[in-house]
Amino acid sequence: MTTDAHALLPALAARVRETAHARTPACPCGAATLADRPDATVVRHAGTVAKAHAVDADPAELALRVTAAAHLPGVLLPPLAPTPADLHGRLVTYWPYGEPVDPQDPDAAPWEAAATLLARLHRTPAPTPVPPMRGPAKAALAATRLRDTAPGHSATAPVLAAWAALPAWARGEAAMPDTTTLCHGDLHLGQLIRHPAPAGPWLLIDVDDLGTGMAAWDLARPAAWYACGLLPPDAWHRFLTAYRAADGPAVPADGDPWPALDVPARALTAQTAARAVTKTALEDRPLDEVERALVDACARMASVPPAAPRG
Amino acid sequence: MQCPKCHAPMHTYNRNGVQIEQCSGCRGIFLDYGELESLTRLEAQWSQPAPPAPPAAPQAYPAAQPPAWGAPQHGGHGHYGHHRQKSFGRMLFSS
Repeated sequence: MTTDAHALLPALAARVRETAHARTPACPCGAATLADRPDATVVRHAGTVAKAHAVDADPAELALRVTAAAHLPGVLLPPLAPTPADLHGRLVTYWPYGEPVDPQDPDAAPWEAAATLLARLHRTPAPTPVPPMRGPAKAALAATRLRDTAPGHSATAPVLAAWAALPAWARGEAAMPDTTTLCHGDLHLGQLIRHPAPAGPWLLIDVDDLGTGMAAWDLARPAAWYACGLLPPDAWHRFLTAYRAADGPAVPADGDPWPALDVPARALTAQTAARAVTKTALEDRPLDEVERALVDACARMASVPPAAPRG
Repeated sequence: MQCPKCHAPMHTYNRNGVQIEQCSGCRGIFLDYGELESLTRLEAQWSQPAPPAPPAAPQAYPAAQPPAWGAPQHGGHGHYGHHRQKSFGRMLFSS
């Protein structure tokens, strides 16, 4: 599928305007481009948001994920329409606007809300059939891209060694040990919004990787940041404590959570490191302090084998 | 006990395992025999974080100790704020 990138954005803006005006005839016409990346173009018109999904998004799988989101009130933001539409060869979905987390204020990050929403999601049986959660498959893409883009970079070997040491399920090469638990698949602070804006309850957004799989994957990105020394212990502690308080099933209710988190946290560390090294190679610049911390963690993994997979 | 200087009551506090008495009036501090040496020893450990002295933070988060492959400097100070203003701030918001 090919897309004329120059035609997509104005066409998407026109579509979201039409959709917004159908919802709110007296529209004040506040319009903005929220994201314009190869994997997603997101535009807002007043209270309506349109998202053009990645060029390679699978229409049937995306439709299942959007349908599931429509049946998870209080956890995932419900879509405005249950099925994706086609626009210039891209699949487009429509959502109500929600107030995002302020990227300028990490101290205000809603760690408790994120953890509580994940626990609720993980405890909810899939309301409609969904494909497998895409976390491991996305991580595998990052490893492949690193291998293809920067084979000679000094940081590539430790990152790919850490990746290769993971069990097959974490590399997207085998079914996950858990194939029934509903997972988000791509948790970060950009995946939380307040709806209705600006002060409604927090909800999860972005269904592109939603599916069944290992719930610990959804905790593993904050766990990886914490393990790499990038997330303060108190933020990680708040997140983990809130997840446990909400009866989240991915980790034991008390005691050491790391046996459950180890493999996905390694995978997320290797994925994030792979993306960072690929980016620095393309930009022809050295690794910064944070990128170096991720690569160093991958290098240290060689001396500590992964925990035995659960299941 | 009463403060030997202003005679206000003194309260006992525990600082890193050392019992100290502080006056509720003049805020003066009374140390028993050996306590000054204990505090001096703790201070030396703090300013020289040598291998035998683990920092206090892991105790506060018993269920949240990082894995063996994790970064070595947990419990340090001034480390996170420095990171957060840089590319970590962006990383929190991306895949």
